Amino acid sequence: MDIEAKVKEIIMDKLGVEESQITPEASFTNDLGADSLDIVELVMGFESAFDISIPDEDAEKISTVGDAIKYLKEKVS
Amino acid sequence: MKLKGKRAIVTGGTRGIGRAIVKELVSEGCSVVFTYHSSDDAARQLEIELGSQQVYGIKANAASFEDAEKTVKFAVEKLGGIDILVNNAGITKDNLLLRMSSEDFNSVVDTNLKSVFNYTKAVLKNMISQRYGKIVNISSVVGLTGNAGQANYAASKAGIIGFSKSNAKELASRNINVNVVAPGFIETDMTNKLTDQQKEAILANVPIKRLGKPEDIAKTVVFLCSSDSDYITGQVITVDGGMVM
Repeated sequence: MDIEAKVKEIIMDKLGVEESQITPEASFTNDLGADSLDIVELVMGFESAFDISIPDEDAEKISTVGDAIKYLKEKVS
Repeated sequence: MKLKGKRAIVTGGTRGIGRAIVKELVSEGCSVVFTYHSSDDAARQLEIELGSQQVYGIKANAASFEDAEKTVKFAVEKLGGIDILVNNAGITKDNLLLRMSSEDFNSVVDTNLKSVFNYTKAVLKNMISQRYGKIVNISSVVGLTGNAGQANYAASKAGIIGFSKSNAKELASRNINVNVVAPGFIETDMTNKLTDQQKEAILANVPIKRLGKPEDIAKTVVFLCSSDSDYITGQVITVDGGMVM
C-alpha cells in the first residue's frame, strides 16, 4: 500500500484542502485549518484506513503531515 | 410536516413520554427506530399502530454501550442514516437518602445518564460526517430543583443538563444541535404511582393547575428536532405548566 498517497487522500477528504497544500511541513492546525474535532476525525480516519489503533498519547505528537506519514509508516510496516 | 424524510432514534419508546415522542415524530413524517426494555408486545403493538410509516422497535438495555452500538447499526440499516436522537429512557427508584442503596443509585444513573453518553457517542460518527444532527435529551424539572426522595433521579437528570451543554459546545461547528427538555409533572405510569394527596400538593405549585400530557413534551421535542430551532443549542426548555421559573 502507498501509505503516503493514502494519508494525503484522507487529509483532502477530511479537511477539504488541495493536494498542493499537503506538504510534509504543513501543520494540520496552523496551515490546513483543522480544529480539534478535525484532528480527532483525521486520527479516526487513519485508524480505519490502516486498521490500527492510535493511542491518544501518540495522536498528540502528530502535528504535521510529515509526522503522520512517518508515524503510520512505522506503525503499519 | 416538519420532519419529512428525517430519521430518528428514540430510547424508551413504548411507554409514557417516549411513546408520545415516537408518535409525534412519525406524524411529522419522520421514520423512527425506538428502543424498549421489556415489553415485546407493547413494541409490536406500537409498530402496528403506526404501520403505514417506517417504525421499528429494538430491545435494548439503555445502560449498555454495546446495545447502543447495535441500535445505531440497526437504525442505519433500516433507515439509511440518523438525523435525530432523542434520549428519553428513564427509570425511578425513589427513596430517602438514608434508605437508598448503592444499587438503586447506580441503576438510576446508569439508565438515565450513562445511557445518554452511550447513545450520543454511538451516533456521533454518523452525525459528524454528515454535518447534521439534532439531539434532544429528556431531563426533568427535578434536575433543576432537586426533590426529597429522588436524590438518584435528580442527580441523573441534572447530569444530563451538564452533559448536553458540553456536547452543544463541542458539536456546534458540525451543525449538530443539542438541547434538553425538562418536563414537569406529566400524566404517565411514572406519576400514576403518586397518591391524590401528593398530586394535590404538586398542583398547588403549578400555575397552569393541571398535570401535563405526554404530547406537551412530544411537541416541544418536534420543535427542537425541526429547522424551526436551528439557532437554538445548549438550552433547557422546561415544559411544566409554569412550576419552575
